[in-house]
Amino acid sequence: MTPTRFSPTGIRFENIDKRYGGLYALRRVSLEISAGECVVFAGRNGSGKTTLLRIAAQLARPSSGTVSFLNGSGERGGTLPPAGFVAHATMVYDELTAEENLLLFSRLQGIAEPAARAETLLREVGLEERRNSLVRTFSRGMRQRVAIARALLNEPAVVLLDEPTTGLDPQGASWFAQTVRHLRDSGRTILMSLHGESEVSTLATRAIRLDAGSVVADTRTGANFRSILAFANA
Amino acid sequence: MALLSNAAVLLGKELRTEFRSRELLTTTTVFVLIVIVLFSFTFDPTSAESRRFGAGLLWLAFLFAASLMLQPCFLREQTSDTLSALRLSVSDPFAIFLAKLVANTLFLLLTELLLLPVFAVMYNVPVLPMLHWLILVFFLGSLGVSIAGTALSAISAQARMRELLLPLLLLPLLTPILVASTEVTAALFDRSPYVQWKGVGFLAVFDVAFLTILWLLGEYLLEE
Repeated sequence: MTPTRFSPTGIRFENIDKRYGGLYALRRVSLEISAGECVVFAGRNGSGKTTLLRIAAQLARPSSGTVSFLNGSGERGGTLPPAGFVAHATMVYDELTAEENLLLFSRLQGIAEPAARAETLLREVGLEERRNSLVRTFSRGMRQRVAIARALLNEPAVVLLDEPTTGLDPQGASWFAQTVRHLRDSGRTILMSLHGESEVSTLATRAIRLDAGSVVADTRTGANFRSILAFANA
Repeated sequence: MALLSNAAVLLGKELRTEFRSRELLTTTTVFVLIVIVLFSFTFDPTSAESRRFGAGLLWLAFLFAASLMLQPCFLREQTSDTLSALRLSVSDPFAIFLAKLVANTLFLLLTELLLLPVFAVMYNVPVLPMLHWLILVFFLGSLGVSIAGTALSAISAQARMRELLLPLLLLPLLTPILVASTEVTAALFDRSPYVQWKGVGFLAVFDVAFLTILWLLGEYLLEE
């Protein structure tokens, strides 16, 4: 990975509620994620993991409560540049090539020298030779590599991963785990929800379990930590 | 400035993906062509009848073509959740709408201009003397259809009965613009053609009003 140029950033969720009609997706969620933490969210389908990550990415607005971003010393630090968001859906265009996708998103984000940035990231994700191939000709693993490259275009301080390894073969999942390890070691704050991946979850420094939209366990060490991770891998 | 530069980048993407797949242009052009040819053979209108009814027929065909074109506008952003990637990347969500509505207007206008000569030949309506005015009316009408249609496409893409919802919402909303476009076009097809300025003014006001509404409310249309 390229040398980092981001400032360490944490996230504070305060009394977050998210309702869809009368249904609560999140209920009074309060969490403080320090800069540089690697947090795994575990929980059954519909427990609110995706909603929480989408609120952190500012893609969804909470019905009540606030989300704020913290600088390295834990003080509120204003607005956050777009987080790097990788989900099960690749969030890239099938009708564009890998390079065209990266150029498109880097131009939209106002990145200086988009061509150079796209080239660097394509090299880092191992798609340099397929840069001119349409994404629709790619395998699931290759698409996810483009998705990672897109998410890292603006060197985000916070990376959000929503079940990103679903559908990847063991080799792809292993490459993904290695990439997450690099991101974590570079000091980025990582929030991820997982569904059945053991290798990636071992990188977590904190495990949080959600149930019916509420936090029911939050731990950094001990047996509970392992049981939450085991739940994520179930 | 960021709004315009983002919109320009996104417009480039819309044009590139469409000219690569040619999904929308092919579908709509073939559809309008079938309507024009079918009506011509079925009714075999005289020149006078064509001048009276041709404008209505043309705009009806354009309306159905537009609803075909507008349906996938936001729907195809959902396949890989690219809309979320766009929302994370642009500073003003109106840039997304601006790019899509300009692209839709261009595609619709291109379809209309491709089929105008076919209409002129099959219905024996001379269009060349008033061509520049026809282009203006087609542009204003298509822009209005695209503005309203792009907004409704964003709404319907998130709904459960999305395929049904867009035409249901679109047709009543577009009635005023279709009536005005048809009347102005009919006046241009007249034996003594003239420009119906009242209709042209109405089209321009409709476009500006709907563009302003979209600019004010666009952000909320994309929210989850």
